[in-house]
Amino acid sequence: MEALEIARWQFGIVTVYHFLMVPLTIGLGTLVAILQMRWLQTGKEEYLRMTKFWGKLFLINFIMGVATGIVQEFQFGMAWSQYSRFVGDVFGAPLAMEALLAFFVESTFLGLWIFGWKKLPPRIHLACLWIAVAGSIVSAYFILVANSWMQHPVGVEMIDGYPQMVDAWAVFTNNTAIVAFFHTITGALAVAGGFLLGISWYQLWRRRKDGIDTVDATGRVVVGESATIAGRDKKDHAVWIKSLRIGAVVAMIAFSGSAVSGDLSGKLMFEQQPMKMAAAEAACHDGTSFSVLSIGDVGSRDCSDVVAVMELPGLLSFLAHNDFTTEIKGVNTLVPEYQAKYGTHLPDNPIYGDRAGQEINYVPIMPVTYWGFRMMIGFGGLAAAAAAVALWVTRKGTVPRSKPLMRLALIGILAPFGANAAGWIFTEMGRQPFVVAPNPSMSGVDQVFMFTAAAVSPGVSAGEMIFSLVSLTTVYAVLLVVEVVLLTKYIRGGVVSAMPELDSTRQASYGKNDGGSGPGGGPDDDVLAFAY
Amino acid sequence: MDFLPTLWFILIAVLWIGYLFLEGFDLGVGMLMKTFARDEKERRLLLNTVGPVWDGNEVWLLTAGGATFAAFPFWYASLFSALYIPLVFVLLALIFRAVAFEYRGKVHSDAWRKTWDWAISLGSFVAAFGIGAMLALTTTGLPLNANGDRVGGPFAWFTWYAVLGGLAVVGFALIHAAAFVALKTDGDVRHRARRLVRRWMPVGLLPLALWVITVAVQHGKWFSWILIAGAVAAAVAAWLANRADREGFSFLGMGVFLLAGSAAIFSAVYPVVLPSTLDPLWNLTVENASSSTYTLGLMSIVAAIGVPLVLAYQAWTYWIFRKRISVAHLPEPVDFAPAIALALDVEKPLVSEGAKA
Ligand code: HDD
Ligand code: HEM
Ligand code: HEM
Repeated sequence: MEALEIARWQFGIVTVYHFLMVPLTIGLGTLVAILQMRWLQTGKEEYLRMTKFWGKLFLINFIMGVATGIVQEFQFGMAWSQYSRFVGDVFGAPLAMEALLAFFVESTFLGLWIFGWKKLPPRIHLACLWIAVAGSIVSAYFILVANSWMQHPVGVEMIDGYPQMVDAWAVFTNNTAIVAFFHTITGALAVAGGFLLGISWYQLWRRRKDGIDTVDATGRVVVGESATIAGRDKKDHAVWIKSLRIGAVVAMIAFSGSAVSGDLSGKLMFEQQPMKMAAAEAACHDGTSFSVLSIGDVGSRDCSDVVAVMELPGLLSFLAHNDFTTEIKGVNTLVPEYQAKYGTHLPDNPIYGDRAGQEINYVPIMPVTYWGFRMMIGFGGLAAAAAAVALWVTRKGTVPRSKPLMRLALIGILAPFGANAAGWIFTEMGRQPFVVAPNPSMSGVDQVFMFTAAAVSPGVSAGEMIFSLVSLTTVYAVLLVVEVVLLTKYIRGGVVSAMPELDSTRQASYGKNDGGSGPGGGPDDDVLAFAY
Repeated sequence: MDFLPTLWFILIAVLWIGYLFLEGFDLGVGMLMKTFARDEKERRLLLNTVGPVWDGNEVWLLTAGGATFAAFPFWYASLFSALYIPLVFVLLALIFRAVAFEYRGKVHSDAWRKTWDWAISLGSFVAAFGIGAMLALTTTGLPLNANGDRVGGPFAWFTWYAVLGGLAVVGFALIHAAAFVALKTDGDVRHRARRLVRRWMPVGLLPLALWVITVAVQHGKWFSWILIAGAVAAAVAAWLANRADREGFSFLGMGVFLLAGSAAIFSAVYPVVLPSTLDPLWNLTVENASSSTYTLGLMSIVAAIGVPLVLAYQAWTYWIFRKRISVAHLPEPVDFAPAIALALDVEKPLVSEGAKA
């Protein structure tokens, strides 16, 4: 394999991986902050417990987002030096702002939140979490500004062969970025909603299985209390049923939000990257229908092999144009247009290395774009529908004793993660062969584009890339296992895992100078809320 | 002299100095985990001295990287791609270290903690060494061609300067961390840390001093030597303060030493940001590596707002956690879940069983 291919695999793998942690961080962080706020407002113990429990899981996940994010910050220079040189003037700015205005805020205030439980006055302590969460949302905005510029390069002029920023306002209010921001935040909330829902379902099921909660003749829950299992009291039931409902409602709202913002995204994409839209539909010929399902080789270029199993007439036009009749250009119409504008072969320029003179394939890998698009919408929709069903099923206060259902609820946690990953893979691979996509319909910025083939570091060998790809992938795989094992341990432990002080049998060895909210010790005890 | 590129050169120098000053001690504390701490309680004590702040400290590195990308894309691209292999190690080290801080205490088994202790100490060592090597090579140069790409293979960067720079940051971090621990803890650990500073400071700071002098001999300007004299004075003052049991002044002295030493290096190499060892014509300088005036102007406004804010709230964090901690304060570690973990393995409902018992 060539260095270019390896670099692309590496970028895809480390970024998709980073984006497993990120949506959970953004979504769960927001929910934990709301829960802690509810605790301060109502003084109800269950909100404190929810804050502590979900906060613990949040932190276990957060650190993986941090660890993998460091790779993100470095890899442009390491593996994509030619890209960094070309776009640095405009692309570096949002990245630097993200670090300066978001990462600092996030890490500092989260440190204060983790260690400040007893040191800070409750309101300030809560404010620290809100500020940290705001930091992560601001971070998403800046990085999406950077990414959206690659989808829709605005605010620049070509000077001496490089795009130079001439209009920061245009770059930072790029319509693609604004829409992507809302779409990503709603996607993140969908992840957090599913997470709350699945885990709470498991906990309620556990209570029923252990015989703590039962149901009466009408199916209404009779909440019980366990004498032996620490933390399994009546409040515990409130923790889980409330979490479940919050999760379900958030998942449903988030999906609606992502449908709206996704629709806007589609309209922009049609205008800015028509080839991506055509590839998302695997549409060879011009048309108006949205294909729900096709069989055959969606990657073939002549349509002879594709059989549409189900189509929604007019929907594609709606997605792109808000009407039902405008014809959307298919791949076969677009390829000649692209060739006329951007050439049929890579130019004879040393930055292309051995690739100079190669023929350019303007069609992204269609099976990936076609199925990526459908998986995103499908997984998201599935999760939202499941959330609605879950709300209905649990209306009498608990979950059925069925084990398969419980399993389903836990597996369902993965659906929104899948939707997010699929969305990104579709977005990024649909942009190929460009790393900075030209905008055909916009005159003026037409000349701003870059082929992926020119972006890789010329001085870095395939061997070096293999080394980093293998070592990063291995380490990521191991750490994923570790994270899941830890999450599982803490999930099974229930609220006591985050609040050991609930375990009365252990009070003796606990509670003096801890980080929890247990009774305070002597005069020394506000030295530091220990966390390690 | 172009004003904005020069301003950004200074700002990036400030970010690196801030990074070495802050993360310097938490990298050092990481290394001390395996060498200095005698038992589990002491290891936890060390961790808790940096607990609330290490992540914020690390962002100085991310910001230095991001600011280099924004202000000097050619510098960022050439340096990072030339040092591909060592940076992969730095990244792996930083990943393990970060995860270890958070996960170490999450399972109560000795094997688990031991594994993560290694991750913290080795991770800190590799990260410190790699970043030191990178910074040293930034000052002494890399075999770059006209496009700014490294020639000569994956290890063409390897020189004695790289080793010297690596040792310089490792040595500094260790002494700085001991000074920090002496300032932040109480009891036996405090006294031992203070002794460590007194005994080992000359050795620990020597590589950094050699690096500074090397650069000054090669490119030095007259005031480089004044800065070097200042650095030496600061180190001596730090040592004397330590002897006089003034931990605060001793820590401060280390900071001034770093500031003056780094300022000597950065000012000596200016205006070159990354020399090419093949042809001085191919040197990257503040002029030919920088972004447009427009971008630098925009970034200057952002930095003028952002940097003071960061300094303010990070200082506030240090103020909140200013009290000394000691082994006596540490609560016993608790293993939570047993009650429920137990329930998991029992198929029958537990309530009736509990009633029997
Ligand atoms: C839970 C996650 C989730 C869900 C349920 C959806 N999406 Fe999505 N989608 C994403 C998560 C996502 C994402 C991962 O966040 C992407 C990748 C890049 C981006 O900005 O958002 C994305 C990209 C993305 C794009 C590509 C934008 C571009 O390339 O410029 C389009 C057109 C849509 N989405 C459209 C939709 C529609 C019509 C949905 C209907 C329900 C939908 N998405 C649901
Ligand atoms: C917003 C920040 C992002 C930026 C700046 C960005 C930038 C890039 C760059 C520079 C490449 C390499 C060139 C290329 O192959 O096109 C790339 C490729 C890729 N990225 Fe993104 N990306 C971002 C977010 C993401 C996310 C969050 C994901 C997935 C979760 C993702 C998935 C991919 C994939 C799969 C590729 C490989 C595509 C291919 O080579 O065919 N990206 N992106
Ligand atoms: C390829 C481009 C990307 C780069 C260079 C990047 C960089 C980073 C870095 C360095 C961190 C660690 C910060 C810390 O130490 O606190 C991080 C975390 C984070 N990133 Fe990314 N990232 C990328 C893609 C994305 C995308 C696409 C999003 C969201 C839309 C995102 C959102 C976040 C958030 C919210 C965090 C903080 C939460 C956490 O640490 O998990 N990132 N990123």
